Amino acid sequence: MTLTVTLIALLVTMAFALIRAIKGPTVYDRILASNALGTKTVLMIAVLGFVVGDPELYIDIALMYVLIGFIGTVAVLKVSEFGNLGQPQSHTDAEDT
Amino acid sequence: MLIEAVNIVLLALLAATAIAAVRLHDLFAVAMMFGIYSLLAAVMFVLLDALDVAFTEAAVGVGISTVLMLATIGLVGRHELPSTHRSLLPLAVVVATGAALIYGTLDMPFFGDPGAPVHQHVAPYYISQSPHQTGLPNVVTSVLASYRGYDTLGELAVIFTAGVGVLALLGLRRRKRPGKHRTAQ
Repeated sequence: MTLTVTLIALLVTMAFALIRAIKGPTVYDRILASNALGTKTVLMIAVLGFVVGDPELYIDIALMYVLIGFIGTVAVLKVSEFGNLGQPQSHTDAEDT
Repeated sequence: MLIEAVNIVLLALLAATAIAAVRLHDLFAVAMMFGIYSLLAAVMFVLLDALDVAFTEAAVGVGISTVLMLATIGLVGRHELPSTHRSLLPLAVVVATGAALIYGTLDMPFFGDPGAPVHQHVAPYYISQSPHQTGLPNVVTSVLASYRGYDTLGELAVIFTAGVGVLALLGLRRRKRPGKHRTAQ
């Protein structure tokens, strides 16, 4: 029963975060929304582990998701701050800096 | 029952994400939509008990491919050009192809049917023999790495070629060291 309520709450939260990611007028709304979705995904995998009855394996997977999601978030933030991922844009840009 | 309901809601969220990725014009937002799509697809794979596939989807879809797409956006700019042609004919072709594919699935065995040919052909042999023949505890690993080792080698060649192509597009020029400019000042 508790797990059912938790799963439903997680799904509703994911739907809300997805709506914000689709509508979000600024980039930062979308970054926050996709970050929240990543967190909800991790929680959902952990809860599913308890539903299936093998929590240890699923929690390991969930932890790896957190680490991978962090790479994506860092890349997104770097692009939104600098406009690229650090590769040389053109010769004039390289001369200016 | 609970898992089926979760599956349905997740599939609806996947469809919404895909439609949003098609309709948005800001490529930065589209790249993030692809990341969200991969996250939701990974949960679907977890629900289907395919933990290794889910793990690959998360590593490749959320991690590497988001980084590659963002690097490309850094090179090409983040706004889509307005489309100048009408899309009715391509839409008709896609709808017709999709209808033909759905018609084709009607002849397939039901999902999870134990009498399906895919579960009767070589799968029982792999499941019963792989611990003795290969010594690996995971049947998926033994099929990928041992029974179909040459297939996996070919796949790796294809993926390596794709990676080289992407790197060639992104440019491998050496970065200028900022130290030179500092000494000039």
